[in-house]
Amino acid sequence: MRVVIAEDLALLRDGLTRLLEAFEFEVVEAVDNGPALLPALIRHRPDVAVLDVRLPPTFTDEGLQAAIAARTELPGLPVLVLSQHVEQLYARELLSDRTGGVGYLLKDRIANVGQFLDAVRQVAGGGTVMDPEVVAQLLVRRDRPLAALTGREREVLGQMAEGRSNAAIAARLFVTEKAVSKHINNIFSKLGMPPSDDDNRRVLAVLAYLDSP
Amino acid sequence: MHIALSDEGVRRWARDGLRAVLGGLAGIGLAIVNLPLFIVTVAALVIVIVPGVGLAAFPWVTSLVRARADLERRRAAAAGVVVHRPYAPPPKRAVPGGWRLFRWVVTDPATWRDLAWLLPGAIVGLGLGVLAVAVPLYGLEGALLIPLWLYLGVDWYGYGLFWPIENVAEGWLSAPQGLLFIAAGLTAAPWLRRVDAMFGKLFLAPTKAADLRLRVSQLTATRADTVDAQAAELRRIERDLHDGAQARLVSLGMTIGLAEQLLERDPAAARKLLVEAREASGTALTELRHLVRGIHPPVLAERGLDGAVRALAMSLPVPVDVDAELPGRLQTPVESAAYFAVAEALANVVRHSGARHAWLWLRERDGRLAIVVGDDGAGGADPGRGTGLTGIRSRLAAFDGTMTLSSPPGGPTVVTMELPCALSSPRTSPSSGTA
Repeated sequence: MRVVIAEDLALLRDGLTRLLEAFEFEVVEAVDNGPALLPALIRHRPDVAVLDVRLPPTFTDEGLQAAIAARTELPGLPVLVLSQHVEQLYARELLSDRTGGVGYLLKDRIANVGQFLDAVRQVAGGGTVMDPEVVAQLLVRRDRPLAALTGREREVLGQMAEGRSNAAIAARLFVTEKAVSKHINNIFSKLGMPPSDDDNRRVLAVLAYLDSP
Repeated sequence: MHIALSDEGVRRWARDGLRAVLGGLAGIGLAIVNLPLFIVTVAALVIVIVPGVGLAAFPWVTSLVRARADLERRRAAAAGVVVHRPYAPPPKRAVPGGWRLFRWVVTDPATWRDLAWLLPGAIVGLGLGVLAVAVPLYGLEGALLIPLWLYLGVDWYGYGLFWPIENVAEGWLSAPQGLLFIAAGLTAAPWLRRVDAMFGKLFLAPTKAADLRLRVSQLTATRADTVDAQAAELRRIERDLHDGAQARLVSLGMTIGLAEQLLERDPAAARKLLVEAREASGTALTELRHLVRGIHPPVLAERGLDGAVRALAMSLPVPVDVDAELPGRLQTPVESAAYFAVAEALANVVRHSGARHAWLWLRERDGRLAIVVGDDGAGGADPGRGTGLTGIRSRLAAFDGTMTLSSPPGGPTVVTMELPCALSSPRTSPSSGTA
């Protein structure tokens, strides 16, 4: 699987490259600044791009902007955005085109190598992976239609947003897959959304719905 | 000219007019007080040479004059003319009757300006006050048809246009004329009050030098506050790092070292230690992230004030309507002060108001940043209680900013913050930079 990396700190860039290459990923290019990123993405058309939000020269949100620009240019290009902090605002911007293949994680999560590689693969496969902190921020609101959900349904919704499949959710919450899909149907009907089988589409739909002001 | 026809407008016009007429009446009384004050001051000046009482009398009399001048400043403020106090701060270790106090009073130009105001101020206050009171009173006389009765009774009297009144019809006409006089009097009274206040301002406002001196003492106070706050902040950060991330890294190093030792002898235990180490690194990072957020939130650096408050609003449990637009980036210190002030205001909404809904409005105009945070909660917020609102105030004061609070019991609560700012650079958009 071919990967483009964008990370300005050499220590992290090399670490990330080493980590990915140790698990059969091919890092085709590792850039260290914002302006070089978009051309690299267009040139290589990688299976997945792993980007830092903050990059030189302005050290603002250039990685994020480049990711959004690249997805306009190459629709559906899978991007996994990493950051030292997560903002619901950025998650909303990343998800705004609703095509999937988006990940947004804290850099901390790389430490759990297994989960991190799962996330990379899932995003490359068109899935959506949101950091638990983003999900926690989403679920904190008191006003949303979330109030209608039971505690268990909220848990399931959170797991969905983090990108887990029904089977994974079932394993984590110690329930049967059938129970999970029943919860999911309840969530969809309570939120007034048409049911859908596609894992990724349902995550996006829920996130977009919750995110709308 | 008053063209307000709505009920509310008429009521306000009448209320303001009446208040100004009463203000004029008070002005007449106060003008009369000025005369004895002037005489006493001159007398105190004359007896300065008398040993014993000389040095004590003048400062004492001056404090009376200042009280009178302060009253006039408050009256001016009520009439819409702001007049600041011009006096130099009192000397330290001054004893009544001492030389130090005497010198402080005598060398302050404001003392002599107050004195110079006493007589002209009295004349103007008296004249304008009489005018403000007399016109509506004369109108009242006509409206109550007193001229008619006088004409009927004593046979010779005049009012308004008819002088003398020659028949009963002209007597009756005093009523509409009287109403006109009342209306004119009520309309003119606020203007007369303002003219009086502006005349007072000529004498009672600080001179340029005094203005500068006041500014210096204000800056000294806010600078001391800022330095204190900053030192406390640094101390807090140092402690957080010392007890938090630093300690965790030490323990992390120990755990990894132990795992290294155990790697060959007991791989299972080593593995367990490594998992522990990874989890500890995660905790350390979380702590650092919270710390960084408290120092300078990354989203503020990345998106500027408008983006940062939007991101902040999204993370709160109470829905906040954000209307924030800035044409560029503010200077970093102002940006940061404004952000933390907003964060504190919104935190208050979440913590205390019980609001179901809040809103935030943020704009820059003519070099001033204005922020308004409102909520539909219970109201009754008191800046004297708790440190939140006081914290906002001192944070903004360091930048010459202000905070005002309106929070009647039952709500809504509205916090208005304002601070001078300059847009340091137009919005830099990385995506357009690469195009």
